[in-house]
Amino acid sequence: MPQPNAERRHGTDLVKRGLAEMLKGGVIMDVVDAEQARIAEEAGAVAVMALERVPADIRAAGGVARMADPTKVEEIISAVSIPVMAKARIGHFVEAQVLEALGVDYIDESEVLTPVDDNHIDKRGFTVPFVCGARDLGEALRRVGEGAAMIRTKGEPGTGNVVEAVKHMRLMNAQIRRLTTLDRNELMGAAKELRAPHDLVEEVAATGVLPVVNFAAGGIATPADAALMMQLGCDGVFVGSGIFKSGDPSVRARAIVEATTYYSDPDKIAKVSRNLGEAMVGINIDTLEPQDRMQDRGL
Amino acid sequence: MSVRAGALALQGDFREHIAMLKRLGVEAVPVRSAAELETVDALVVPGGESTTIGRLARIYGLIEPLRARIEAGMPTLGTCAGMIFLAAATTGPEQPQLGVLDAVVERNAFGRQVDSFESELDVAGFDEPVRAVFIRAPWIAKLGSGVEVLAVVEDAAGDDPRPVFVRQGNVLATSFHPELIDDTRIHEMLIAMAREG
Repeated sequence: MPQPNAERRHGTDLVKRGLAEMLKGGVIMDVVDAEQARIAEEAGAVAVMALERVPADIRAAGGVARMADPTKVEEIISAVSIPVMAKARIGHFVEAQVLEALGVDYIDESEVLTPVDDNHIDKRGFTVPFVCGARDLGEALRRVGEGAAMIRTKGEPGTGNVVEAVKHMRLMNAQIRRLTTLDRNELMGAAKELRAPHDLVEEVAATGVLPVVNFAAGGIATPADAALMMQLGCDGVFVGSGIFKSGDPSVRARAIVEATTYYSDPDKIAKVSRNLGEAMVGINIDTLEPQDRMQDRGL
Repeated sequence: MSVRAGALALQGDFREHIAMLKRLGVEAVPVRSAAELETVDALVVPGGESTTIGRLARIYGLIEPLRARIEAGMPTLGTCAGMIFLAAATTGPEQPQLGVLDAVVERNAFGRQVDSFESELDVAGFDEPVRAVFIRAPWIAKLGSGVEVLAVVEDAAGDDPRPVFVRQGNVLATSFHPELIDDTRIHEMLIAMAREG
């Protein structure tokens, strides 16, 4: 019989990035209590994001948005068998320490909450993996350089309007394509332009892909929105306010899960898009005041 | 014989499996329907979330076709969530499973993500250990008599070896993720089974 006594290495890049690999092709749903978490799991979510309030309500409430109450996070952790993520404020490494101690499976260092620092958290020192938002390749690679094990587009959270997520994904794709066409001598210049670590720029130029999984987030409200982001090359989808701010969350959640799997099959997307009830009310991005644009936080 | 392998592509890291199968020189395709299942000689059920994969398989009428093909002898490899989906039951609440592996699995057996780890794992029949990545991984809590154990790990108490790699006839199942590392030996086992017909 083989000997099972080798040393166990926790929190390595492979282990942290690996969980994101397992979430691919799936939908991660924002939930604010155990009941919503169970509805999400039952609908086929691959993970839930434990929050005090969904982004649309954070936007409406104004003021300072912080990490969720530990009681709330624990209540959600004990309600489901799928991974539980939770948000820490940008730069707030103590909120991150608390979330790690609570046993969350992924921390979202998120612009949806109110940032506390121009510096992001040094995520390499944690055993728990982090996901961070990015609007372009430079921002994505800065976060990976700090230790993020997963990236998501920032979109514009809590708007039910997918336009910004599309913009971010298109820009990232274009910037990656461009890197692959450059000569080695041009990569330091590209790193300077992108304001990104040179070693990661070299890596992306060689592989043609981000070093970590990249999900869509921000404004996804319908099955067709989810399929659109998948067709643009995202690895999976976060849905924030889009599910539990809609008329029939359970039905919409199932439909978005199915559209994410069968994203290239219009017949199936048509079928699941029927009779979903009211979608969340959307916001046009150009009506937002500059201070209300969450995506401009923590660049 | 030339082998056409499929990876169940409902959710999870099926692209990594397909890439690895292609490296071994076989044709490899995603499988999302019963019609696509009919075209393959071997199948991988990838890592992912077993509840999501099981639910989608049920909605899209894949449970019976999958069970029929695997019971008829199609070589099949399940990794992590794939192991759970192939097994007969879990120690937790009921979820859709194929029951083609005579085993009861315990989900998240090592704990939460902070307890996930990588380790060198000795495997029966391999000269060198495998770099095994366990991510919120299951292990086998109860094993049927026809199931061969190929690798074990210790539980937290350090005294009870738990199966993490097993074979039952045409079915291989691992708790860890051979598709995430640069080591094709476990996928080679699957392809060798398919070539033997």
